[in-house]
Amino acid sequence: MNIGRNVVVDTVMTEARGPKPQKAVTGPKIIIYTTLTLLAIYYLAPLYVMVVTSLKTMPEIRLGNVFSLPRDVTFAPWFKAWATACTGLNCDGLSRGFWNSVQILVPSVVISIVVASVNGYALSFWRFKGANVLFTILLFGAFIPYQVMLYPIVIILREIGLYGDVWGLVIVHSIFGMPILTLLFRNYFSSLPEELVKAARVDGAGFWRILIRILLPMSTPIVVVAIILQVTGIWNDFLFGVVYTRPDSYPMTVQLNNIVNSTFGEKEYNVNMAATILTGLVPLLVYFVSGKLFVRGIAAGAVKG
Amino acid sequence: MYSVSVKDLSLSFGSVDVLKGLNIDIGEGEFLVLLGSSGCGKSTLLNCIAGLLDISDGQVFIKGKNVTWAEPSARGIGMVFQSYALYPQMSVEGNLSFGLKNAGLPRDEINRRVSRAAEILQIEPLLKRKPGALSGGQRQRVAIGRALVRDVDVFLFDEPLSNLDAKLRADLRVELKKLHRQLKNTMIYVTHDQIEAMTLADRIAIMRDGTIQQLADPDEIYNRPVNLYVADFIGSPAMNFMTGILGKKGVQVGDITIPVKGYKNTLEMNDGEIVVGVRPEHIATGKSLADAVFRAEVEVDLVEPMGADTLAWCKLAGFDMRFRVDGQMVLKEGDKIEIGLDPARMHFFDAKTEERL
Repeated sequence: MNIGRNVVVDTVMTEARGPKPQKAVTGPKIIIYTTLTLLAIYYLAPLYVMVVTSLKTMPEIRLGNVFSLPRDVTFAPWFKAWATACTGLNCDGLSRGFWNSVQILVPSVVISIVVASVNGYALSFWRFKGANVLFTILLFGAFIPYQVMLYPIVIILREIGLYGDVWGLVIVHSIFGMPILTLLFRNYFSSLPEELVKAARVDGAGFWRILIRILLPMSTPIVVVAIILQVTGIWNDFLFGVVYTRPDSYPMTVQLNNIVNSTFGEKEYNVNMAATILTGLVPLLVYFVSGKLFVRGIAAGAVKG
Repeated sequence: MYSVSVKDLSLSFGSVDVLKGLNIDIGEGEFLVLLGSSGCGKSTLLNCIAGLLDISDGQVFIKGKNVTWAEPSARGIGMVFQSYALYPQMSVEGNLSFGLKNAGLPRDEINRRVSRAAEILQIEPLLKRKPGALSGGQRQRVAIGRALVRDVDVFLFDEPLSNLDAKLRADLRVELKKLHRQLKNTMIYVTHDQIEAMTLADRIAIMRDGTIQQLADPDEIYNRPVNLYVADFIGSPAMNFMTGILGKKGVQVGDITIPVKGYKNTLEMNDGEIVVGVRPEHIATGKSLADAVFRAEVEVDLVEPMGADTLAWCKLAGFDMRFRVDGQMVLKEGDKIEIGLDPARMHFFDAKTEERL
């Protein structure tokens, strides 16, 4: 019975030395690259169509060659989408919605991250009574469908006089971001050595000083992740925007919907495409700028530094 | 007045009792080592003294003051952690001065203390660097410096050398000893490394399951362990044990009788079994055989050469025994060799209670 020995002998090559040679092109590699290329084309095709359509004039669009490049490049649809496109109510394009969205976005992101980082810090380093129960309740909040809360929140906002106001929406976004952000921060802080906090306590630093001077300076990756999550989530939100604000404080997504759905005469596909791209630009930019940081932040919890 | 005094200290996590009614008094300027295997509660005890864990019962006194409910920073302690726990975003200088700034000390006093600590620890050239740019040994110096600048009476060390490689550990061990001689502070040092414990300590507290087994100076612990656990724990390679019954001529182990004449205590005749312990380095071979009261010829089963000396394994009366011989001695498996035992350097324990007889 020397089956095992034979196997070993077969794989040992007497001339083997140095790095193992790589095979240039193999079957699996071809399949992987082909699949990836096809998938990339599949996912990028709509974006391509949108960009080329937004640069075409209406007569050219009417010819129906969706995939062809524009013959006469025009930026007029972009200007119209930004500044003069009409919804049912006014004709100042997406610009109004853009500034509304910025006004909603900035305070929502700041508030939710500030509160969630304190939450996560308290939950991971200051084990108070009922911490686990609190955390469970908080997490449970992440799984309740939004539709269930829609109407109660309308009433709450009405009662505190913030219904229809941008700040009402800010509060709603901050609260809905809380479960996932708290989880994010808690897990990140849990990955940091506990001795760091102990050392700071011996050094006489209190609750806030430890957070601000020691932990937050180490938390760049996770703050970046939180910013990306919140910026894209809040910017892309449509439901809360349409429910909790009035037309003059509609966020950009709602404005986009209204522009696309109000037609005067023919449907201006080029303007609609341009408006859509404009609306999607902010999250797109965030991904391009911080994609690397995002991956680093997500991985940061997994590897102990 | 004791420097640190722990009275009836208990700590439970839920239903698990981690510390069970501990009492220790530590004198001014004493170097006390808490030694034990992992999970024995030694680090927990240190954290309780530091005030980093809330205790279930008992009291802690530092310099005669009851600090049981005091914040860690108000206890007059400095602490050094195993993972160094340096603040990664601050320079070395920032690390050293953080506690002093929190205490609201004036700028020139902070500078004075930081430069003094840096001088003592020879880390002056590193002051502007971040911890990430330091080697392990340098980081540990900074961590010690952080305790040093606080100008406190009591230093707490939580396995400070465990993350360093063997050579660096030996170097820093010597430096710690020098530092203690220079500063004359009280130091409480947690380790699982018995070499560190033996070399550094004025007294060693051997802990097991949240209790102190023996609290004595290193010599006492090595030569007169109070029970089987301590005897087994201290010494590397570990002590040899044989079980036998006390008879008129000595302890009957298997087919041999080991004499007890010369042992410091008189063994009482009783029905119970006796555990005979002898350290590998106290088994005589070669020239020193002349002094041995008991001799036997054994066959070497296994040889472990370690350079300075060689550890040989054999069987005596059915029990595995290891003994130390000179590293230059040529010894092969299967060789016959005569070994000798001297009751004066042996240990006898009650097999039932595991206490020293």
